[in-house]
Amino acid sequence: MVQIINTVDANGVDRHDAEAVNKAENRSLYASRVKIHPKAAAGTFRRLKWALVFVLLGIYYIAPWLRWDRPGTAPDQAILIDLANRRFYFFFIEIWPQEFYYVAGLLIMAGVGLFLVTSLFGRAWCGYACPQTVWTDLYIWVESKIEGDRNARIKLDKSPPSLSKFTKRATKMAIWLAIAIATGGFWVFYFADAPTLFMELVTGEAASVAYFTIAILTATTFTFAGFMREQVCTYMCPWPRIQGAMLDEESLIVTYNAWRGEPRMAGRKKAEAQGLKVGDCVDCNACVAVCPMGIDIRDGNQLECINCALCIDACDAVMEKVGKPKGLINYTTSTLYAANVAGKNEHWDWKHLLRPRTAIYSVMWAAVGVGMLVTLVNRSQLDVNIVPDRNPIFVTLSDGSIRNGYTVKILNKKQEQRNFRLSIEDLPGATMEMVGEQSSPRSTIEIAVDPDKLRAVKIYVATQDQKVITEDKTDFTFKIEELNLSGAAETAVEQTVFHAPGE
Amino acid sequence: MAKDIQKDEITGTDTTGHEWDGIKELNTPLPKWWLYTLYGTVIWGLAYTVAYPAWPMLTSATPGLLGYTSRGELAESVNQAKEGQKAQLEKISAASLEDILKDPEMLAFARAGGAAAFKVNCVQCHGAGAAGSAGYPNLNDDDWLWGGTADHIYTTLQHGIRYTVSADTRDSQMPAFGADGILKPEEIADVSHYVLTLAGEQADAAKAEAGKQPFIDNCAACHGEDGKGNADMGAPNLTDKIWLYGGSVEQVAQQVTKPRHGVMPGWSTRLDDTTIKQLAVYVHSLGGGQAAVPATQ
Repeated sequence: MVQIINTVDANGVDRHDAEAVNKAENRSLYASRVKIHPKAAAGTFRRLKWALVFVLLGIYYIAPWLRWDRPGTAPDQAILIDLANRRFYFFFIEIWPQEFYYVAGLLIMAGVGLFLVTSLFGRAWCGYACPQTVWTDLYIWVESKIEGDRNARIKLDKSPPSLSKFTKRATKMAIWLAIAIATGGFWVFYFADAPTLFMELVTGEAASVAYFTIAILTATTFTFAGFMREQVCTYMCPWPRIQGAMLDEESLIVTYNAWRGEPRMAGRKKAEAQGLKVGDCVDCNACVAVCPMGIDIRDGNQLECINCALCIDACDAVMEKVGKPKGLINYTTSTLYAANVAGKNEHWDWKHLLRPRTAIYSVMWAAVGVGMLVTLVNRSQLDVNIVPDRNPIFVTLSDGSIRNGYTVKILNKKQEQRNFRLSIEDLPGATMEMVGEQSSPRSTIEIAVDPDKLRAVKIYVATQDQKVITEDKTDFTFKIEELNLSGAAETAVEQTVFHAPGE
Repeated sequence: MAKDIQKDEITGTDTTGHEWDGIKELNTPLPKWWLYTLYGTVIWGLAYTVAYPAWPMLTSATPGLLGYTSRGELAESVNQAKEGQKAQLEKISAASLEDILKDPEMLAFARAGGAAAFKVNCVQCHGAGAAGSAGYPNLNDDDWLWGGTADHIYTTLQHGIRYTVSADTRDSQMPAFGADGILKPEEIADVSHYVLTLAGEQADAAKAEAGKQPFIDNCAACHGEDGKGNADMGAPNLTDKIWLYGGSVEQVAQQVTKPRHGVMPGWSTRLDDTTIKQLAVYVHSLGGGQAAVPATQ
């Protein structure tokens, strides 16, 4: 059994008997996980992280309940991924499956944005915004409220089974489970009308896929944030590797300034009196105690470090107590660190953010965004596709005229019924017939398309024109004009080809 | 296994003790739960081969405890699809062909169903695009030997053409004018030239003129004096641009000398009535289908 020895030294600094369990030296071939009990930190970065947890979880839980009035039969939920009807709604935007490139564009923006943020602030995503970090933070907070802070939790872990231990554990897990169910539960609201689905979920009438999704997300949230925690980042997540590759010498990284801290020692007054060189680090291990990843930041930049900056808070508090300047552990860049090691006294300022790399990332990011916005605003509410018959490519009729068949697909993206007039240009003597309409061949056909629907009609085009018949193929156009007396009418012109026997 | 464990100077990590040509392996430990996960997947994999058909035996594989077969899964999918189509099929079964053609929803369903049945049963002769070939009619055009209304097509589909199995089959025989010595070869040539002029094709004017009287005497009974044919007895319209057995003078003469007669099976004994209805609607909608003649006429 490990004795927990926490002492308070002459400066009033808590000395932690904390060990960095994930130090390189503490590894065997197959390592059992050593549980980490992060001590609650307090300070600027902890406050920033709480603010972000609040904002991000707020967005996650509130977003599906926002309403957005849409005309016709379209759903009134602001953000909705309607898989059954194959539509994606985002406030004023409605995206069809064939417009998935907008989503691809968003993903490209997310990717470039991540590059940009990483080259500016290092692994800011890991430390502040990643769901794994956010939910783990929340779970550790619940844990500390019920079982107490680090020392109390270690003690509880070591204590023999008792009713109070069981009660604490059960309460903690019940709250964890409630959070996990809420996590999975709210995910499904993005895929169906939230208020309706909520009632269905409560009364047990929702689709089994909804319950299944909730069950899976509940299970993953509960195990990932409750038990696996730092292992998800270290062993399962590819981001630490990718982000590590994107850091450069100007990226902000949580760094222990060894040039200032070493040689570290506890009995500094005695040593100073003896005239020895003394670093600022009092070796109190506060940085290790608060670390949710179980590493010692003083070993240098490590793959496990998610740059959550809690060690900065912990160390700053200690530096304040011992009357030394803050920032023994701080956000700094490799260049600045090297300069300081070389004896130059250089500090980080905002100018470090302006570099060719960040400028290029910003321009790329903005270009994709502006490009998407322009196409989105200018996109047509009418889409027409013409598919000529391939077998047979033409048919000879009894009067000697030649006929071709076309499938004309008209896609009406508006939430109202629209009427279109189909006509043919540049094909002499052409007449049309539409399958399902029992009327004689004519030069224009009127087609009504239901709101938010695709209508495919089969059109037969025939001509007796000798010039067309004696050519192998003749290019011509289908013109689709909207018949709209009140508002703006859209027109589409589609090029296609007419096949004939030729000579 | 580990004999010579050393500490790597750069990383501070132990080596495993393995060494190959001076290259030492660092010990970067795998988490234990990861190892157990691997064991778990092995057990899962073995259990899977017990639950599902897997192990090859002499004649077949072990059937598996769950009794799963891919054929069974297919049958289930087919049943589900049939169940989903049931309402539409019943509607089509109850409707008349004319009603189906007028209703956009039924028309779309019948065309799709007809196209599927066509691809299984009809493409062997009429081709995937229903364009036919010499001797096998093109179903896309507006020329119909036995009538082109939906009802005509439906009857043809049901009973076939010269299909002796069915008593109601469409049947007619064109006499072999040459083979049976009814007409002399010169007369046949003249008639052939005359037939081409009926369709507005190029022909020898003198021979055509000579062929007119033999045509009226021998051919008009079925094809009509004007040569427009008679769908009731499957006599083709000779005035149009469509020739089942070719439109050259030689090809026409060949047909007059010793006619070929197409045979089509009747489908009422092989396909259910709803499928035949859908096939009729599909063929009718290929572009050449004729409107039904109103009953008052």
